[in-house]
Amino acid sequence: MTAETASAGAAPSLANVSQDATRVPGEPKSRSWLVRALVLVIAVAWTVPTAGLLISSLRPEVDVSGTGWWTIFAHPFELTQFTVANYERVLTAEGLFGAFINSLIVTIPATVIPITLAAFAAYGFAWTRFRGRSFLFAIVVGLLVVPLQMSLVPLLRLYGNYDLVGTFVGVWLAHTGFGLPLAIYLLYNYISQLPKDIFESAYIDGATPFTAFTRLVLPLSFPAIASFAIFQFLWVWNDLLVSLVFLGTNPDVAVLTARVSQLVGSRGAAWHLLTAGAFVSMVVPLIVFLALQRFFVRGLLAGSVKG
Amino acid sequence: MAGALEPQAQVNSGSGWLILRDLVLAAVVVILIWLGLGILRSETMLSGLGPFVGKLVQALVALAVGVVGIWALFIVVNSLVEYLPARATNAIRPFVFVLPAIAVVSLYLVFPAVGTIIQSFTEVPEGEGLLYNYAQAFSDPKLLLALRNNAIWLVLAPAGALLIGLTFAGLVDRIKREALAKIFIFLPLCISGAGAAVIWRFVYEWRPPGRPQIGILNAIVTLFGGDPIPWLQEIPTNTLALVVVMIWLQAGFAMVILSAAIKGVPTELVEAARIDGAGEFQTFVRVVLPSIRGSMITVFTTIAIAVLKVFDIVYVTTNGNFDTDVIANRMFNEMFRFRNFGFATALAVILFLAVVPIMVVNVRNLRQQGIGV
Amino acid sequence: MRNRTWLLVVVCLAVIVAACGDGGAGTTTAAPGTTAAPGTTAGSATTAAAGTTAATGEPTGYAELDQAMAGDFAGTTVEIVAQWVEGEAENFNASLDPFREATGIDVQYEGLTDYELTLQTRVDGNDAPDLAQIAQPGKMISYASEGQLVDISPWFNTDKLVEEQVGGFFELTQFDGGVYGVYYKTDVKSIVWYPVEPFEAAGYTIPTTWDEMTALSDQIIADGNGNPWCIGIESEAADGWVATDWIEDIVLRTAGVDFYNQWWKHEVPFNSPEVLAAAEEMASIWFAPDYVYGGNVAINATNIRDVANPMFDPAGPQCWFQKQAAWIPEFWPGNRDVSDRSQWANPPGEASSFFYLPGIDPAVGNPVLGAGDMFVMFTDGDRPEVRALLEYLATPQGAQAWIELGGFISPNTTVPVEWYTSYPNTELVPILNNADSFGFDASDLMPAEVGAGSFWTGMVDWVAANGEGTEEIFQSIEDGWPAG
Repeated sequence: MTAETASAGAAPSLANVSQDATRVPGEPKSRSWLVRALVLVIAVAWTVPTAGLLISSLRPEVDVSGTGWWTIFAHPFELTQFTVANYERVLTAEGLFGAFINSLIVTIPATVIPITLAAFAAYGFAWTRFRGRSFLFAIVVGLLVVPLQMSLVPLLRLYGNYDLVGTFVGVWLAHTGFGLPLAIYLLYNYISQLPKDIFESAYIDGATPFTAFTRLVLPLSFPAIASFAIFQFLWVWNDLLVSLVFLGTNPDVAVLTARVSQLVGSRGAAWHLLTAGAFVSMVVPLIVFLALQRFFVRGLLAGSVKG
Repeated sequence: MAGALEPQAQVNSGSGWLILRDLVLAAVVVILIWLGLGILRSETMLSGLGPFVGKLVQALVALAVGVVGIWALFIVVNSLVEYLPARATNAIRPFVFVLPAIAVVSLYLVFPAVGTIIQSFTEVPEGEGLLYNYAQAFSDPKLLLALRNNAIWLVLAPAGALLIGLTFAGLVDRIKREALAKIFIFLPLCISGAGAAVIWRFVYEWRPPGRPQIGILNAIVTLFGGDPIPWLQEIPTNTLALVVVMIWLQAGFAMVILSAAIKGVPTELVEAARIDGAGEFQTFVRVVLPSIRGSMITVFTTIAIAVLKVFDIVYVTTNGNFDTDVIANRMFNEMFRFRNFGFATALAVILFLAVVPIMVVNVRNLRQQGIGV
Repeated sequence: MRNRTWLLVVVCLAVIVAACGDGGAGTTTAAPGTTAAPGTTAGSATTAAAGTTAATGEPTGYAELDQAMAGDFAGTTVEIVAQWVEGEAENFNASLDPFREATGIDVQYEGLTDYELTLQTRVDGNDAPDLAQIAQPGKMISYASEGQLVDISPWFNTDKLVEEQVGGFFELTQFDGGVYGVYYKTDVKSIVWYPVEPFEAAGYTIPTTWDEMTALSDQIIADGNGNPWCIGIESEAADGWVATDWIEDIVLRTAGVDFYNQWWKHEVPFNSPEVLAAAEEMASIWFAPDYVYGGNVAINATNIRDVANPMFDPAGPQCWFQKQAAWIPEFWPGNRDVSDRSQWANPPGEASSFFYLPGIDPAVGNPVLGAGDMFVMFTDGDRPEVRALLEYLATPQGAQAWIELGGFISPNTTVPVEWYTSYPNTELVPILNNADSFGFDASDLMPAEVGAGSFWTGMVDWVAANGEGTEEIFQSIEDGWPAG
């Protein structure tokens, strides 16, 4: 491993960060095998349960309950022991495409709206002055602990009065409300740590708080925003409870998780469809994760301060 | 120190023409959002396009309204505020930033939470005092057991997830295929709750001795000549087994946040430590760890709160049997199965109170960082 | 709950018996002395002949349904929900189709997942459907007492309902002087599945008494044929309910249906000596050495879906008996993956069939434990077209398609017997015919804190203790019975 590619002095700009630039300079070569081995051990330990299920979802039910999933490695190339029937049934299920689009319709705004609100709020709490600032912030963060289940019934009643049940707007706002405290908390912790001098120089250059936010805070907070975006996306994408309660299972609006849980049946008979469904719906979050990974780069802050 | 800055007073050259333009713009934004919502709610408007195209158009409208709309609203409101006299602008602007979030949170969390607190005192059998539900709760041996279990979870799960997440984030920071390696820890987060339950049901599966084991843990145990262990039945192994599921799920969260934080440690600091001759490990402990202390507390807090609220893992694996109950599971059962709103709300308040010490530590930490909370 | 005087006695599907013409009618229109309400004795054989053919435009005996059939409500919409999804939803929709076609009413059926929670939140959120299926009478009572349900007695022809339905079901829908539901479907729980071919090959015969059943169990062990019983009570969030079914079945068989009804109404203590004796009887199977596959650990560790796996082991049955209602075959190995029933590896009726869980005390005779689903009307749904649909669901036609598709027993005794031609209905109907009494699933009738709470968890604890501490466990369930 050649480690000296990224010199600390030349802060990389967003555009030309390469993989190598993320490595710490001066890494001793002798240790790298140990690091790799440790990484491998943890990764394997974390993946075995999922891998077991993935393999199980490709085996006929009778085999799954008869022998351990690892027994396939005895003859891994005997393709007759596998079946794609579960995936076939999930993928050809009626209304799956619609449910997929519905999931996107729900998830993307339900990720963007809370992040936008939270970034503005975190910035407001961290870098503007107003009466009651500390008090309000403490309340918002304290709301982290309110269990979601407690909110469902009063909200449904409210929604019922305004015809919001079964609408996308209703479920966006619900996810926004439930996700905001954590979003504000996480983004505040990051945004409040930005160096003071960047704001000073920005204001001297005539920036308003609003332009300081859009031109400085947002770009500089990208790692924090990206990581929260990943989670909010995941939670909403995988959520069943909120969407069941606020959207329902009407095919016009039902999301993927609701559709899959319908496939599984009232007594949970078809758990194998559930897992096949889980693996199918996993693809989108993984893409999001990989896409946002790009923003986890070293030196973002340093570069911008100097630039 | 954050919050100590004042922007220079902005003097908007208040031309009436510009104000008019921005007002019109604001009106247009509001009308567009309104129309978009109308299209989304109308069942008939898109039906003429056929199921496929209709769905796609609906998706595009939804994205335009939800994603662009929220930004347009902020921009428009801010531009209007800037026409006010400078002092008023400076006084009001913070609220432009903060109030939308406060409003949403108030509606979705404060309003139900206040209702919950009130209900926990008032929803009591006739002739009983205000504290009836709380007295019931603390005299219920099964609930005390649940409290104890919550304490076990609280000690083990956040620490475990933090440790694994931190170790992994620190390690992959220095290997080539970082994103690839991270996927493995991240994977559990992508799986729905129900899927995760099935996964761990398989891991802990127990078959009578002498039969082929299909759970990997018992397969290993029997491979070494042991008797299969009913992981979810044996006390206290079962609670630990459930905590492991939580750690498995949350380590990815810890890793992503901490990895972002590690990337944020100024390169100069790390560099300086290297030049001083610090080794790999020493640099990590002396330079990186202190720099990401805030993030670590954040992660710990977040997971701790998630742990207090945890119920689905317990609900689908043991449903609190075999001494594994936790408060949130009991609350769910009391609320949705037994319809004991008074008791359920009292449990919610107890959970709420349990988090207070964690939040105190947090606030103290933010203070230490010099942020006035 | 307590102020209701109804009693759960079902004399059996007397009318079916009559129509069967298998000579059973005379012998089984039994036990008039045990019926509580007048009119529940099944004397409705004659009305069956008259028939109510809703679809043909003849008067149905229900006012709104007649209007609907005349097309008065065409173009209106009715929203109905139940927990039936996928295959069951198709069956139910098939039963609704004749109504849709005849009336022009747009019946929107939605099969909800996480049924109880979803329905509850929708009701709490003022978004209740017009009609909803409810499995637990206790749930109906809690909705009714909250003022959410319509008392149908002012306009529904309840006389007809009482006349046509199996005795006892109507009483379950009464609350506080009103009527809040209409029973649509019933389940029979007192049946034991066994693997037919190996069973016959081993020369075993179907036990007809409890003693024969235990003797056969001993013989299976002595023959070295594995364990007689396959039992598992793990069921996600509902662990333990299978065990409560067992206790109930045994209480019915040892203490009789009158005591049984007092028991779930809590007119006698939950841990009455009769119940403890029943537990003892149950323990002599559940916790006897070698009786149960895998012993008590397996009982708690095995999911209800996986219970029968060892019964169909390729190496021959490792256990032989599973007591479970008629829906269980869809979970057997080789059936679960397969949506097309004709492709099942272990088709019920061939690979496996069932026998009636025998009686214990000859003085009590042969009782049947069952359950059922009713439909209730929420207050927003009180419109003529909704009334018409509820009335339709009370007629035989409202269930005809599902009955003919199989796996459905109607509580309506005027259903022509020739509709019940598919397995397992062909086997279940004689069991009902021969039953001396009928008990409705007690855990569904007890307050949820017990019936879906301490009774379930108590059974799990009892199994975990391998049958030790019976008295303490039943005492703590009694202590936890909610006041009021």
